[in-house]
Amino acid sequence: MKENREGVKGWLNPTRYGANRFAYWLQRLTGLGLLIYFIAHVIETSNIVYGKSAWEKMLAVTQTNEGHIVLMVVIGMCVFHAANGVRLYIAEHGKGIGRPGRPEYPYKPTSLGLGMKACIWVSVALAALAMMYGAYVLFGEA
Amino acid sequence: MVRESSIMKVHYYTGLAAIVLVAIHILFRLTVPEGYSASLEYENVIANYKNISYTLVLELILVTVAVHGFNGLRVILLELRQGDAWESAVKWLCIAGAVAIIAYGTRTIILASMM
Amino acid sequence: MKRVKIRVFRYNPADGADARYDEFEVEAERWTTVLDALLYIKAHKDHSIALRYSCRMASCGSCGMVINGIPRLACYTKVYELGSDVITCRPLTNFPIIRDLATDFTAFFAKHKSMRPYIINDAVDRIDGREFLQKPEEVEKYLQFSYCIKCGLCYAACPTVATDKRFPGPQALAQMYRYLIDSRDMATDERLKVVDDRHGVWRCHFAGSCSMVCPKGVDPALGIQLLRAYLLGMSRDSKVVAELYRREK
Ligand code: SF4
Ligand code: FES
Repeated sequence: MKENREGVKGWLNPTRYGANRFAYWLQRLTGLGLLIYFIAHVIETSNIVYGKSAWEKMLAVTQTNEGHIVLMVVIGMCVFHAANGVRLYIAEHGKGIGRPGRPEYPYKPTSLGLGMKACIWVSVALAALAMMYGAYVLFGEA
Repeated sequence: MVRESSIMKVHYYTGLAAIVLVAIHILFRLTVPEGYSASLEYENVIANYKNISYTLVLELILVTVAVHGFNGLRVILLELRQGDAWESAVKWLCIAGAVAIIAYGTRTIILASMM
Repeated sequence: MKRVKIRVFRYNPADGADARYDEFEVEAERWTTVLDALLYIKAHKDHSIALRYSCRMASCGSCGMVINGIPRLACYTKVYELGSDVITCRPLTNFPIIRDLATDFTAFFAKHKSMRPYIINDAVDRIDGREFLQKPEEVEKYLQFSYCIKCGLCYAACPTVATDKRFPGPQALAQMYRYLIDSRDMATDERLKVVDDRHGVWRCHFAGSCSMVCPKGVDPALGIQLLRAYLLGMSRDSKVVAELYRREK
């Protein structure tokens, strides 16, 4: 017999199975991204203990256009991960996903209803807005 | 052995706490009257570190985000591969990662607040 | 009527050859299902194709396969509704392939069984003539989950099952909730212990793909979230174990 597990390929494709699968995919990616940023951020800011010149050297590297773009992506990841995380917190406590009943054809699953879908797109929209505000602050002063 | 639900409850609460704490952290960059880049100037940042409640916020962020982040990594790695050796390696790797980053960040906070 | 091309996944571990797709042209009416088309091919073009089916009416759960990228029941999927002139049939993902479109359900059923999918109640002695009374609201708590036909579509769609061999999968977890919330069942704590495991209910991240593909409206994702909510103490007091009553003559 041939093992036929989908493997990591199954994680990587967000285009099938609708909004919830997309949110799952993005939650994972942003989570990993934020963890990497968090570690880098703790390391970068530790320069403060080496005095003013070390701090300013670090700023010269990070407060650049590239640095600002990275920061914008981080803002977007942060806001999506937080908003979608709150949605998951609520759903995983059994709220906002409907209740079981007597399924009727064509069997629309209540857990994938409009409420959850709307929350997912609102999370994406919030992330986009936050990124725009971030761009306004980061690039606005230049 | 710690029950998975206890770990995942910690995951929920650190996540929720991090939202509030990180929001405060970002506000410190946005509420300086001279603007964002001024808020990052050495003197201003050191002044932040002299503010005891702000360093407390920083320390709490450090702990909550490290725990939440490394537990998230643990979850992903556990789902990626199974096997007893792998799973205990993942567990210890994630604990070590969280402890290391908390220790390193705490060192920064302590040293900076004494400068 | 329209002509469509059916691409069928072919693989036989016994002959050692690589997997390949065979293509067949078939005429489809508005009511032709993918299973009809495959059986037509089997009857008239290539009888060596291996596939599993029985009821042809979405009741037995045998004919699951990946049709145009999504796990579906072949007997419940009309050629027309796919809106494509090329239809690709692959064996269900996450199940080992026996041959062609036929997959092995051993691990899947073992996980189902590990959930103890039956009512556990010490008070029951079937010969003493008493019975449980349940209110309609109590029935509705589990009824939809009991509609599961064990077709495995949810298991094929789940991203956690895709990599986690130890995860019971949406079908088994939804069944766990089905028995846990049944007022006749007393084994609540034992059931929660089984799923509160490193590879248990917590490995669900509500990607919802299971509910998307379920052909019976079971909505396993709902069951799993409610199971987790129960574990989190969200609805502990809502379950009162039913008592036995003697039927009035
Ligand atoms: S829950 Fe639905 S998709 Fe999964 S095995 Fe049961 S009937 Fe099939
Ligand atoms: S043949 Fe029974 S479900 Fe399709």
